[in-house]
Amino acid sequence: MSFNTKAYIAGVYEHPTRRADDKTLAQLHAEVAIGALGDAGLAMADVDGYFCAGDAPGLGGLSMAEYLGLDVRLIDTTETGGSSYVIHVGHAAEAIAAGQCSVALITLAGRPKAEGMATGTAPRPQSGDAPDVGFEQVFGPTVVNMYAMAAMRHMHEYGTTSEQLAWIKVAASTHAQHNERAVLRNVVTVEEVVNSPIIADPLHRLDCCVISDGGGAVVMVSPEIAKSLGHRSVKLLGHGEAIKHLAGGQVDLTYTGARWSGPRAFEDAGLAPADIDYVSIYDSFTITVLETLEDLGFCEKGKGGAFVADGNLIAGVGKLPFNTDGGGLCNNHPANRGGMTKVIEAVRQLRGEAHPKVQVANCELALAHGTGGSIGTRMGSATVIMGRNDA
Amino acid sequence: MSESERSLTPPPVNLETEAFWQAAGRGELVLKRCTACAKTHYYPRAICPFCQSSETEWYAASGQGTIYSYSVMRRAAIPYVIAYVTLAEGITMMTNIVDCDADRLTIGQPVSVTFKPAENGQAIPMFRPA
Repeated sequence: MSFNTKAYIAGVYEHPTRRADDKTLAQLHAEVAIGALGDAGLAMADVDGYFCAGDAPGLGGLSMAEYLGLDVRLIDTTETGGSSYVIHVGHAAEAIAAGQCSVALITLAGRPKAEGMATGTAPRPQSGDAPDVGFEQVFGPTVVNMYAMAAMRHMHEYGTTSEQLAWIKVAASTHAQHNERAVLRNVVTVEEVVNSPIIADPLHRLDCCVISDGGGAVVMVSPEIAKSLGHRSVKLLGHGEAIKHLAGGQVDLTYTGARWSGPRAFEDAGLAPADIDYVSIYDSFTITVLETLEDLGFCEKGKGGAFVADGNLIAGVGKLPFNTDGGGLCNNHPANRGGMTKVIEAVRQLRGEAHPKVQVANCELALAHGTGGSIGTRMGSATVIMGRNDA
Repeated sequence: MSESERSLTPPPVNLETEAFWQAAGRGELVLKRCTACAKTHYYPRAICPFCQSSETEWYAASGQGTIYSYSVMRRAAIPYVIAYVTLAEGITMMTNIVDCDADRLTIGQPVSVTFKPAENGQAIPMFRPA
């Protein structure tokens, strides 16, 4: 296969902490930046493009650029919630290809655990200016109950069951057992998932991702710089993004923006779902994964339940190894934004640096997908496809 | 479960939406329709999201609908039912289902509008089994 590679991911770093009582938010951003630059073999002074999102303290990226000591000619603070970093990867690739920067740094960090944030069950503060707030907040939407409504409708239309959704957590936990840093390392069974307490029908506690502190960073470079850095760099082959919202009252909760971002990414890369060896799928909840797999074309719409059942997502067992770090469901969902860790594990797989028990043999092509915002209202969806250095 | 015990935070009201909330205060559910393209949209805006005309008008809805989806929020101080209801007028709106047995709801079930007061007395449109 020959690809027209716009940019490479040269460095990645996932902060080892899952509870950061002893660090400030800015400090966490800096630590992951330094970690990713070190992984790439580059320095902060090499960075000429900076990307961050709503988790970065201050006005857009201004405060973090200052704290880090950056001198950049490109700044991008595209904010789509947890998928922002997946969008940043695509935007960085285009910027690098256009010659707008040659070393792009993307950072994410947060400390919801240390701050005692009731992430899934309390309403999030919203600006009263947003035109949707007046017609939503009073009814008590929370993160969990809005994803739950999508699950209820998917079950109604397609017969998807709680047991099928539970297989997604089972797979993530099977992988997480090998990850020393994972928040949840116990392998769970379908029974344990469906017997865990219901948070909002039909989602049980174990249908939900972990709440964790920490973060991660990615460094992307031009092909020329990648060549000088050696063969741990991975190729960015394609990307696509989309927004899905409530469409003026024409609501369909059974699919996500992956329906559009996925095909855009596949077309950009000249690839199809069958070509992919490993997927990192945004896993805020089990239903997020199920709908996304359908939307990306790994199975037909409505058949996600059967697709994920019986271990099909488990490395070494099923046909589509997923979230081999344990994902947001079991390992890490730092700052309540899981997109960065999705990209990072895909890079590890392509480098052959995942845990040996979950490393996909001959992993040449990988996909990472982010879903930010809410599949119950409005979301930002982003898909990136990456290839091994010699792909 | 007694829905009326859950305290409702008053929604922000602005000049684009005040007619909706005033109508609710009169026990009426109103919607916005575009006179240029004839489509009803929700949530109500000054500008039609389908054709971008500013010639939008309010009209009284029937108050009838069916449950599109719902979830019983059990992990809350007072459990409640969040829902999307598809109105007879063709739009689907976020709401709560009230005055019901939360464990006996079904998607597709007919519901009709009712109004519950927020903390400041503002009437909020919600739906009960029809």
